[in-house]
Amino acid sequence: MSNRPFVLGAVAYDPKVVTIWEGFKQWFADQGFAFDYVLYSGYEAQAEAHLAGHVDVTWDSPLCWVRTRRLAEAGGTRAHAIAMRDSDQDLTSLVLVRADSNLTEVSQLRGRTVAVGAVDSPQATLLPLAHLAGLGLEPGSDFTVRRFDVMVNKHGDHVGGERDAVKALVAGEVDAACVIDGNHLVFAKEGTIAAGAVRVLTRTAPFDHCTMTVLDGVDRATADRFVQLLLSMSFDDPVVRPLLKLEGLKQWRVGRTTGYVPLESAVDRLSFYGPDGSILNDDYRSILGT
Amino acid sequence: MTLPVVDVGALGLDGGAHVLVRLALDEHKPGDEVGVRGTHPDLAADLVTWCRMQGHQCVSRGESDCVAVIRRGAASWSAWRGAERSGEPDARAEGAIAARPPASWGLAARGAVVEPGGPEPEFRLDLRDELWTDRAGALYAQALAGQWDPAVAIDWTETIHHGAQIERAVVQVMTFLVENEEAALVVPARFLGQVHPHFREIQQMLAVTVADEARHIEVFTRRATLTGSELALSTAGGRASLQTLLDEPDFATASFLLSVMGEGTFVSLLGFLERHAPDPVTRRVARLTCQDEARHVAFSLAHLERHVGVEPELRARLARAVEQRHRALQGTAGLNDDVFDALVLLAGGAPTPEGVALGWQRVQVLQREMADSRRARLNRLGFTPDESDVLSSLHTRNFM
Repeated sequence: MSNRPFVLGAVAYDPKVVTIWEGFKQWFADQGFAFDYVLYSGYEAQAEAHLAGHVDVTWDSPLCWVRTRRLAEAGGTRAHAIAMRDSDQDLTSLVLVRADSNLTEVSQLRGRTVAVGAVDSPQATLLPLAHLAGLGLEPGSDFTVRRFDVMVNKHGDHVGGERDAVKALVAGEVDAACVIDGNHLVFAKEGTIAAGAVRVLTRTAPFDHCTMTVLDGVDRATADRFVQLLLSMSFDDPVVRPLLKLEGLKQWRVGRTTGYVPLESAVDRLSFYGPDGSILNDDYRSILGT
Repeated sequence: MTLPVVDVGALGLDGGAHVLVRLALDEHKPGDEVGVRGTHPDLAADLVTWCRMQGHQCVSRGESDCVAVIRRGAASWSAWRGAERSGEPDARAEGAIAARPPASWGLAARGAVVEPGGPEPEFRLDLRDELWTDRAGALYAQALAGQWDPAVAIDWTETIHHGAQIERAVVQVMTFLVENEEAALVVPARFLGQVHPHFREIQQMLAVTVADEARHIEVFTRRATLTGSELALSTAGGRASLQTLLDEPDFATASFLLSVMGEGTFVSLLGFLERHAPDPVTRRVARLTCQDEARHVAFSLAHLERHVGVEPELRARLARAVEQRHRALQGTAGLNDDVFDALVLLAGGAPTPEGVALGWQRVQVLQREMADSRRARLNRLGFTPDESDVLSSLHTRNFM
């Protein structure tokens, strides 16, 4: 057992993922902790591999957490969110409209077209659509949903779908676009959105994003050591700082599940996964080929 | 204590409000709070997002009339922790030039505060004592002031009056000059990328030298083809002589062989062409290029003078390099007959017994001048008169 590395599963949504985990692997080795990683091309395979015991811990999108938790509980075990980034906590998603549009109330979206991200994006599709549904507007019937499927099965980690949605909004092709709050600022900074060109029509309640997930059967002492080491990573450390920057955090935090309540609810409301973790969304199933 | 407040007016985070917020936070320590006032409708909510991304904290607005109160996080200071200043931008300042700048300073401006943890590019030439001269900055400034545009500085429309045989001699000399200037371009260009950027003035001097040589290649080629002639002969021996310069991996030795010995000799040659060339275009070309070459020689002499000052044994290494080059070239023909004869014809001005006699005498004077000036430069580097005589005599007969 002592020689076997603690193996993490992560999704290769971008080439930088290799840089990040190679860097962390070396850093863990320097701390005397045997660590390795496996990359999956999509989150669904990662969740299934996790349940099959192929890896010890997974770096999960919030949607992957939801599925892993459901699969685990359906199989009589439990999943645990053990660590997350400071930047994963209390995010919001926005429904943007053009600043010069006559849309001032959410109810005015009735009959309009709303751009969203990929079918499996929690932040740019599931959460904002559920938010609008909660405000009385059913997606697909009260308004048209125009989806921008970029890198499906990456759970919206790739920014492309959101960027395309915003471009469609700016170009006047759609009436509203859904993005996560941080990307709104990124798009403004990079010039995709000109200053003052769009405004926020509505904002979701806060939710949490990624998590390190383990299952009941994991070696607890090793998992605890892993979390301890994550929490000890300091942004002041010039060796680890570039990796933290790439991964988009200043500090690791202990995991929590309270921030996933809105997504659990959205997944149910939009019939994305079943309570047992089965994939219900037909479009998604069709793209995945399952 | 009164809460410091920054007013961002109507700016939103989509229009740069964070720039003002950041300026305000920069005035304070991590843990300190700054209030933000503004009228943009999304300002408060967007500040929460921005703070999360930057590692700051948005705290309660309290009693203030601010839309948000931000507590500065520690992360924004992290890059400065352990950072060091990489010398001073002004080379004349105390401690401006490090003896051996660390690789981690990399491409950073000299004098910048360098965040640790970056790449460590390998710049092979990173020892002050092997590169530096306090004169580099002044020589670079002089080089910039002396840059000339071939299209403007030379009147290419002046009529060539001499006959075809003299013109062929001019073309042969120009053809010879081009390949020599190619060597004088390639050698510093190869070292340029190996110099640690900390030695900015050395880089600049090498860069402007390369630019000078590029221009020289242009004007010599242009002069050669001015009357519609085709270029003349490039000999195997000439190129073999130049190849030994390209093969020299050591900066000091290459600089010594190329500039002190070679380009220095070329200064004499270009002066000769300025005085004796048969047409005003060639004389002008020679004059302009000679000025640049003299500066290249001055630069090499300056850094080598300093180098032998701190490492006297360098002189023995340089002497060995001249001897080795001499041995390596013993099997080659030296200056090719075509070039030598061309110089005679060109300096004599006419393919006649009188013209050749005059040209011959002038080339003899040139060769003595070349040897004298080489000896003078060797003396400047601390070689004794006897050593200078021997080394000067071993210099390639190919001039460069």
